[in-house]
Amino acid sequence: MRATIPRVLALVVKELLALLRDPASRAVLIGPPIIQLIVFGYAATFELKHVPFVVYNQDQGQLSRKLVARFAGAPSFDLVRFVHDQRAIEQSINDKSALMAMDIGPNFSADLERGRPAHVQIVLDGRDSNTAAIAMGYVESIVARFNQAQVAQHGMRPPPAVLLDRAWFNPNLDSRWFIVPGICGILTLLVGMLTTGLSVAREREMGTFDQLLVTPMPPAEILLGKALPGFLVGTAEGTLIILMAIFWFHVPFTGSLIALYIGLLCFLFASVGIGLMISSLAVTQQQGLLGVFLFMVPAIVLSGFATPIANMPQAVQYITLLDPLRYFLIVLRGSFLEGGGIALFWPQYWPLITIGLFSMIVAGNLFRKRLA
Amino acid sequence: MSAIAVNNLRKSFGKGTSRKDALKNVRFEIAEGSMTALIGPDGAGKTTLLRLLAGILQPDAGALQVLGHALPEEALPLQAQIGYMPQRFGLYENLTVEENLTLFADLHNIPEDRRKPRFDELLTMTALGPFRARRAGKLSGGMKQKLGLACTLIHPPKVLLLDEASVGVDPISRRELWSIIHRQVIHEKVTVLLSTAYMDEAERCDHVLLLHEGEILAQGSPADLVAPMQGHSFLLQEAAMTPRALQSQVARLPDVVDTAIQGDGLRIVIKTLDPLPLPPDPAVQGQLKPVPARLEDAFVSLLFNRNPHRSIPLPPAAKAAAHDAAVVEVKSLYRYFGSFAAVKDVSFSVHKGEIFGLLGANGAGKSTTFRMLCGLLPASSGTLRVAGADLRTGEAAARARIGYVSQKFSLYGALSVQQNLSFFATVYGLHRRRKRDRIGWALEELELKDYIAVNAADLPLGYKQRLALACALMHEPSILFLDEPTSGVDPLARREFWARVNALAQGGTTCLVTTHFMEEAEYCDRLVLMSLGEVLAEGSPTEIKGRVRRADRPNPSMEDAFISLIEEHEHVSRRAS
Repeated sequence: MRATIPRVLALVVKELLALLRDPASRAVLIGPPIIQLIVFGYAATFELKHVPFVVYNQDQGQLSRKLVARFAGAPSFDLVRFVHDQRAIEQSINDKSALMAMDIGPNFSADLERGRPAHVQIVLDGRDSNTAAIAMGYVESIVARFNQAQVAQHGMRPPPAVLLDRAWFNPNLDSRWFIVPGICGILTLLVGMLTTGLSVAREREMGTFDQLLVTPMPPAEILLGKALPGFLVGTAEGTLIILMAIFWFHVPFTGSLIALYIGLLCFLFASVGIGLMISSLAVTQQQGLLGVFLFMVPAIVLSGFATPIANMPQAVQYITLLDPLRYFLIVLRGSFLEGGGIALFWPQYWPLITIGLFSMIVAGNLFRKRLA
Repeated sequence: MSAIAVNNLRKSFGKGTSRKDALKNVRFEIAEGSMTALIGPDGAGKTTLLRLLAGILQPDAGALQVLGHALPEEALPLQAQIGYMPQRFGLYENLTVEENLTLFADLHNIPEDRRKPRFDELLTMTALGPFRARRAGKLSGGMKQKLGLACTLIHPPKVLLLDEASVGVDPISRRELWSIIHRQVIHEKVTVLLSTAYMDEAERCDHVLLLHEGEILAQGSPADLVAPMQGHSFLLQEAAMTPRALQSQVARLPDVVDTAIQGDGLRIVIKTLDPLPLPPDPAVQGQLKPVPARLEDAFVSLLFNRNPHRSIPLPPAAKAAAHDAAVVEVKSLYRYFGSFAAVKDVSFSVHKGEIFGLLGANGAGKSTTFRMLCGLLPASSGTLRVAGADLRTGEAAARARIGYVSQKFSLYGALSVQQNLSFFATVYGLHRRRKRDRIGWALEELELKDYIAVNAADLPLGYKQRLALACALMHEPSILFLDEPTSGVDPLARREFWARVNALAQGGTTCLVTTHFMEEAEYCDRLVLMSLGEVLAEGSPTEIKGRVRRADRPNPSMEDAFISLIEEHEHVSRRAS
């Protein structure tokens, strides 16, 4: 045992030196995560801004112009032009110059003046169903506000039930608050897996792995020495991204740092374990890289990063239980937005530890088998 | 008219301050229909020069003309008239021999009616006819190389550029390759420029270019190059000392340029023409007779004059123990990869303090045997003992008794010399005082001090070899495994390396070495000669050579021995079947 600690330590120091002294791997470790954080943080948003739309206004009255003005003035919509027949609507949707068309009937103002319901037709480009659905929501809320104004102005009887919405945890429903903590999880997974997934393969390629195997170090120590740098680099990188989320993207941090870091360590335990599994199978760095991405893509899709797990088919929902990112995303979002503590996250910690233990044992066995 | 003319050629690689000249002021001409050898240590710029002549690299400055075409402007019309065979020829391993030939014929637009006679001719010449339908991946190393050459000769070319076509190939295939190339020059008037690591090949060329650090150090016919060396070479025989002990004594004398063990004598090359003053020690006195100079003498002495500083490791004070205890024992060892037997019934034993060689071509099973001995690969059957333990199944601590220098000197390229040494020292359980002492020893003894902060990846090859040796010696192992430690290293570095191994063996360290250079057998106390996974012969170099001595060949070389033993072995196995 007395020999173990200095040997493992030497291997960890060597691993870190190899990572940080080599300009290429240093760049891979620092560059892409920050670029991804910026790109995702700014580009990936569920909010719609500047939806181009056209208007076919057959009505001559003032009220239709008021309604159009509300749309044209909203930050979510951009009025492209007025069109003068039905065919032009069709054309502007087809050639994608507009995502939405408003068709106001000839009696719109007149009907409203008389206190009768008036109709507006909204045509949406359904080729992009997600955007169309979100745009429809905006349309509904603008029309609802228009109705309220009409009611107030004309002293009419208000509708029987009025909806008051309040979003807890994220009062403005700012989607960046939802996405940025998620990216922390993805990038930590990526870095943790890359550092461990490629390290054995890199040594196999260089021939240094043989050199390591003929030393008195038992395989378990080599495995440990390969796993620890993943933890260190993963924690450092995770911390950097958390700091950027708080101070750059101004996502409020309401929970407990301790709870978050326990989650981070459990998550790294699982990711490093899977990275080592890939490592013990891959002979070349290319295979290792392929393995990491083969795991990463489904892990992200199944994690609930973009689409809720509850919407997935039941069978797929069971598969998500194997995805470590799923658990860590809950911890991350819970820590940032919900103010969650250790007790709240316990149901997320133990599956991560289980996945980590399992993958470490498998990696150890594969490693031994590979040598045999 | 000259087929190749090069004037003031310069080519450099890298950026900024790390930009280095790979070639500078290179100037030479090659006559049409002649054969020229390009020799020089690894990294001298041989491959760069050949690639420039093949029109695949752009020169930075200078004029290049091949067959009257100026390069790089007229590379395309030129490439139809030349054949270039790179170090690793791009055969398609999943295609058969014939399919490979067809593919290269397609690439060169050979008309259908001219293909069959050309294929037949090439297949007869390379003796690959019976293997037409075999996949290239299933051919032996020598056969692959011959197929590569056949594909290069398909159009047929007027100029042939060959980059180390025969390195690592077994001696029989090497001779065959050589006769094919030679026939191209004699019968087809092809101009050949080939780079080679073998001096005997260079000696048979019309012209030799010696390249060193990107410059042409010397050029001329082999006879011209050797002429100034005549009278400088001697053979010292019948001394009381063993040739190896003799070598460490003589090599230290100030005027000695080079020493090499040859059979039971020592070949000495000196700087001056005066008779060599031998040390007064009576054990050194023997019969000193002049011998004809070789091209290698010229090569070594040119390098020596350029860089006269040379360290000769002193033999350690402790004398070798009695050569009795077997420290490595191998009995009927087999290793299969699928149905392919990489190692067949190999047995040998190595005694303490011996230099033991495993000789053979690439693919002979040397490295596989080595990996099994070091515990990196399990044996399919047979017994292995290294220092009394099986390193694979035994305790990890048993591995502390061995040191291992792997092929290509595997080191951590991104770590500095100091960091590499420190890492291996700690991994081998060295601490504080001892660690400091050993690192100090390595920096001093292997002269790595000037490179202490340099990344291992940026070291010159000779220094990589030293660092790899230093890392393997950190814990003073009793057995040292060296896998192809001299491949690609220049002759001076090779000599230095063997002197170090010699000193280690005299200090009692057992050294196991693999090599595909037959002449390096002379450095071994005993060796096994391997071919296709089997041991052809075991014994001391003199014993093995003695087995093939005939009236018409009183002084056979190790290569002669290897070839006759393979032929004899094939004869026996054919009769047995």
